[in-house]
Amino acid sequence: MSLKDHSSILFRESRPDEGLRKAVGMKRVDIITAVRESGLKGRGGAGFPTGVKWNFAALAQDTVKYVVCNADEGEPGTFKDRVLLSEKADLVLEGMAIAGRAIGAREGIIYLRGEYDFMRRHLEQVIASREAAHLLGESILGLDGFDFTVRVHMGAGAYVCGEETALIESLEGHRGEPRNRPPFPVNTGYLGHPTCVNNVETLALAARVIALGAEAFAKVGPASSTGTKLFSVSGDCARPGVYEFPMGISIEDLLREVGGEEAKAVQVGGASGTCVPRKAFTRRLAFDDASTGGSIIVFGPGRDMLRVARNFMEFFDEESCGQCTPCRSGNRVLLEGIGKLEQGCCSLSHLQELQALGETMQLASKCGLGQSSPNAFLSIVEHFKDEILARQGA
Amino acid sequence: MLVLEREGLGRRIDEICARHGRNRSALLPILQELQEAQGWVSDFAMQEVARHLGIHPVEVYSVVTFYAFLNSERKGRFVLRLCRTISCDMRDKDRVARQLEQELGIAFGQTTADGRFTLEWTNCMGMCDQGPALMVNKQIFTQVSPQGVHTILEACRRIYGLYPERSEDDALVSAGALQVAVESQEAHA
Amino acid sequence: MNTESRMNPDTSRAPVSQKPQVVNARADENAVGAQVRVSIDGQEIKVPLGTTILDAAKRLGVHIPTLCHHADLCSAGLCRVCVVEVEGQRALQASCAYPITSPLTIKTHTRKVRNARRHIVDLMLSEHVGECYTCSRSNNCELQSLAKEMGVVNFRFGQRTERRHQTDTSSHSVVRNMDKCVLCRRCVRTCIDLQEVGVLEACHRGSETTIETFRDKPLGEVVCINCGQCINRCPTGALRANDPTEEIWRHIDNPGKHVVIQTAPAPRAAIGECFGCAPGTPMTFEMNSALRLCGFDKVFDTNFTADLTILEEGTELLLRLHRALVQGDREAALPQFTSCSPGWVKYLEHFYPDYIPNLSSAKSPQQMFGAVIKTYYAQLHELDPKDIVTVALMPCSAKKFECNRPEMVDSGFKDVDYGLTTRELAQMFKEAGIDLPNLPHSDFDDPFGSATGSGVIFGATGGVMEAALRTVIEVVCGVQVENLFDHADIIPVRGFDGIRYVELPIREVGPVIPMFKHLVGDWDWLKGATLKVAVAHGTANAKKVMDDIKAGGRFSECHFIEFMGCPGGCIGGGGQPIPTSPEIRAARAKAIYGEDRSYKIRKSHENPAVLELYEKFLKEGPCGHLSHKLLHTHYTARGAFMA
Repeated sequence: MSLKDHSSILFRESRPDEGLRKAVGMKRVDIITAVRESGLKGRGGAGFPTGVKWNFAALAQDTVKYVVCNADEGEPGTFKDRVLLSEKADLVLEGMAIAGRAIGAREGIIYLRGEYDFMRRHLEQVIASREAAHLLGESILGLDGFDFTVRVHMGAGAYVCGEETALIESLEGHRGEPRNRPPFPVNTGYLGHPTCVNNVETLALAARVIALGAEAFAKVGPASSTGTKLFSVSGDCARPGVYEFPMGISIEDLLREVGGEEAKAVQVGGASGTCVPRKAFTRRLAFDDASTGGSIIVFGPGRDMLRVARNFMEFFDEESCGQCTPCRSGNRVLLEGIGKLEQGCCSLSHLQELQALGETMQLASKCGLGQSSPNAFLSIVEHFKDEILARQGA
Repeated sequence: MLVLEREGLGRRIDEICARHGRNRSALLPILQELQEAQGWVSDFAMQEVARHLGIHPVEVYSVVTFYAFLNSERKGRFVLRLCRTISCDMRDKDRVARQLEQELGIAFGQTTADGRFTLEWTNCMGMCDQGPALMVNKQIFTQVSPQGVHTILEACRRIYGLYPERSEDDALVSAGALQVAVESQEAHA
Repeated sequence: MNTESRMNPDTSRAPVSQKPQVVNARADENAVGAQVRVSIDGQEIKVPLGTTILDAAKRLGVHIPTLCHHADLCSAGLCRVCVVEVEGQRALQASCAYPITSPLTIKTHTRKVRNARRHIVDLMLSEHVGECYTCSRSNNCELQSLAKEMGVVNFRFGQRTERRHQTDTSSHSVVRNMDKCVLCRRCVRTCIDLQEVGVLEACHRGSETTIETFRDKPLGEVVCINCGQCINRCPTGALRANDPTEEIWRHIDNPGKHVVIQTAPAPRAAIGECFGCAPGTPMTFEMNSALRLCGFDKVFDTNFTADLTILEEGTELLLRLHRALVQGDREAALPQFTSCSPGWVKYLEHFYPDYIPNLSSAKSPQQMFGAVIKTYYAQLHELDPKDIVTVALMPCSAKKFECNRPEMVDSGFKDVDYGLTTRELAQMFKEAGIDLPNLPHSDFDDPFGSATGSGVIFGATGGVMEAALRTVIEVVCGVQVENLFDHADIIPVRGFDGIRYVELPIREVGPVIPMFKHLVGDWDWLKGATLKVAVAHGTANAKKVMDDIKAGGRFSECHFIEFMGCPGGCIGGGGQPIPTSPEIRAARAKAIYGEDRSYKIRKSHENPAVLELYEKFLKEGPCGHLSHKLLHTHYTARGAFMA
């Protein structure tokens, strides 16, 4: 097990299906209230309050609704959902059933990224055994009318499908191209029905919120970012792996835990996140500070930051869905800019133009992918300008 | 394609579509099953699927070209995908890449002349703590060293001797056999 | 948001990503909650719930630049040129795709917005091989206009010069140069949503994204029907028609060649747009003068063969009805489908080949004219048909394909040598320095100079049906159409509804006029019958009708159905001036119906020149032996499979 146990919420020993058993005895509105009062926010990266999302979906008028578990974990440096699904699949499915009861959905779908095909059988086995144990299926835990089934739907190798509307497009058999919003999936989602898309970790945590109570959950971490968070740590550190820490842990504390004290920078939030230089390691990992869906990539003292930036931009150049101009074309232009920087032929004024372009991409792209794709480039240029420009005219 | 072969495939596609449902939201599962069985989705298959789902062939083609794991071109018996994203990059994926190119005598993006191997890059596959990661068909190998490359390729060659064609349960055959072969070699080493 | 409606996504074609869910306005605009207040650049307005920001801005007269937006298509919100700032939101929003469902405060030209738009245009320019000097769309290019509007003075992010795609010239009708494509996907939405043909889609992803056909096959090898609607909606020169003007000039300049041009009605109602006139400004007689100035030897009116088509096709219909009703022939292949739209014909050949027997065997007016010119006209003027070059001015790109169909050589020569679009002719005029709107009027040449109003209205959806009905009613009922319909305007078949269905009871029958004596003895068998007809325009509507027929629905009970490949009929054809929109097409249709009213003779069977042709040349009358040889054709079951 690559998970390191701490003041754990997800990985502490607990009675199986405690949350689900409690939820069966609760009114739907009380489940949503508990999730809302716990302060739980989406763990995929965007940090939308889960209780609010569930409430929207619960209020939407439709006889058919869906709960979708977003297991299209694709952010570079993120692998916590892989660990969670292989080791705590029951908890995730418990959370899905609770979400189903809360919003009034009878169907759940796990959208599992194509790369995780090796987990599919395991998940299907867990689903089957939960059905046998009346933890899924009809009249769950004997509660009349609490019907909820789950199936696994495989992705096919497209990072952008982690964006919830792209994910729904993909479920519907289309290219994974994000939709215009409004309307939002909680109103008009899969096949036009209200759809609640939650990250794997969010669903697991929601189950724990019901089990432990909102108050106990909210006590962990700062007020803006309650509970614990799974961090996927990779790169130049002694002990890479998945860690559960309370939200709000500082970067330097985390680095100490993972054996990455020497780092010159840390990429928080993966390719779409931001690069934090050593001088800012006191920053905290929380929604209102350095926010991350879980990816922590450690860069040791010898790392070439321009190479890092190139790697990220190559990623987006390929993984952009290609639909909107700022993202499709902007990422290519930034990548070309990195080529110029590498060759030492990027003028300072052109670099400024690229930075301005990055800001436009953040503002004008259609979805979160394009809006966050220039983050790494911009933060690396900002913090490592001297290193990058050292090649100019050399 | 021979007429008989085409008829057989046509029947099989009909059966797959019937099982997944003849609606647009069944498109990905249908294509994934065909991809697994054939190693690619042929022109004929795309048009047949379109016909069954009542959509245009170009829409199926459009979807196939969007997803990295669906192919509209024939690929090798074994598709090797090496992760090139940052964490694997920092774990010296370049050395593994050079080894792969040398052993196979092809560059990334190419297929060996005998049709056995296709070598490709892929983006982050969620194995960042155990890089470099290499995917062989659907099987993922982690912490792959240049020596490991040789072991994996040898295992592939042995599977090829036993199962030269993809079969219906190819994913199971090759994943299982690959794992056993590699583990036994490592045990010997 | 329970007022939303959408198609069933399981059967819908285009992905929802390019189809913002329309929030339908409530039926009663005054109901509580049906209206929402929005402030744009300080001006306030109340709009129906679900109105897009772009439409609300239009109501206020606030201009927001757009590119991927088109009046005929669902909005996609993907080029991002139309972004605006919405108070309280970090990111900018695409105004074309943002339905207003709660009060909003919007700013349309803040610094952020201006910077973003400028960047977006810069980016488009960086992926566009801009060869404005040599581009067919220069001065009529939306990207060029945007660049000017945004004040672009340099290529900030470079200008692509390297060619990544080979220009696809495999089609007789449509030329694709993907190096000029900026991926607005208007062609995709046109081909899949508007026309339901399904040739073009976005393929691959990221910076590799391109618009492709199935397996990137050449257009000439896929199920393209050549309607050219994609051309009309392309903002740049990535899509254009296959231009024959160089060859036509060469023939004009060759004294050994007798170059004649026939001109269809729809271009006259539109060509003025290329010279700054308002849509719907008729240019018929100015154009005749201009064509002579260009050097065409004769200028004929396609309306002549439109009238001829009505007689041939109408006779064919009466014969089919006779077979079905009198002889009880179940194979009479009713309903009969019109065959004058080559886009529709190819659509049927690909997607409904089993229904080829239902297509009228009558050629289109263009092809009839070609055959008549190289036979009858050649004899009359003692010309060697090999020295005659026939050019057809058409609103249509599919006509280029049609004249190249291998079977269209019944005169012993290629019946029609060139299909020329409205846009291309306007270009020829400009090259010749002709100021079209200010030319004196002149008439068409004899012997095909006389035409009727019925021929003219072929240009608008429902026109062929109206023309046919005018003739069939008079021939069968023995009464003046005017007694049944004021001014012979058969209003029920007119308009822009995608599909119209009309029933006409035949209460009286008259005597058989001489022209039909050899075909039927009397019309008594039609007495008391109800003629059921329908009109559909745009192949998406055609598809609906065809699927209904296949399912045995009410359209399968029809006797005669007019199908036009393009939305609006020929006035909205793929060879017409760019841009197009519902308003522009309505204005052009108005011009067409205005011209119809101006004719003294408004019924095809009264056209003296047509009657003379039957008297002197096609002596066996409509559907006679020579007619069959020259004026009728056959079709090819193409199917949709692409080998």
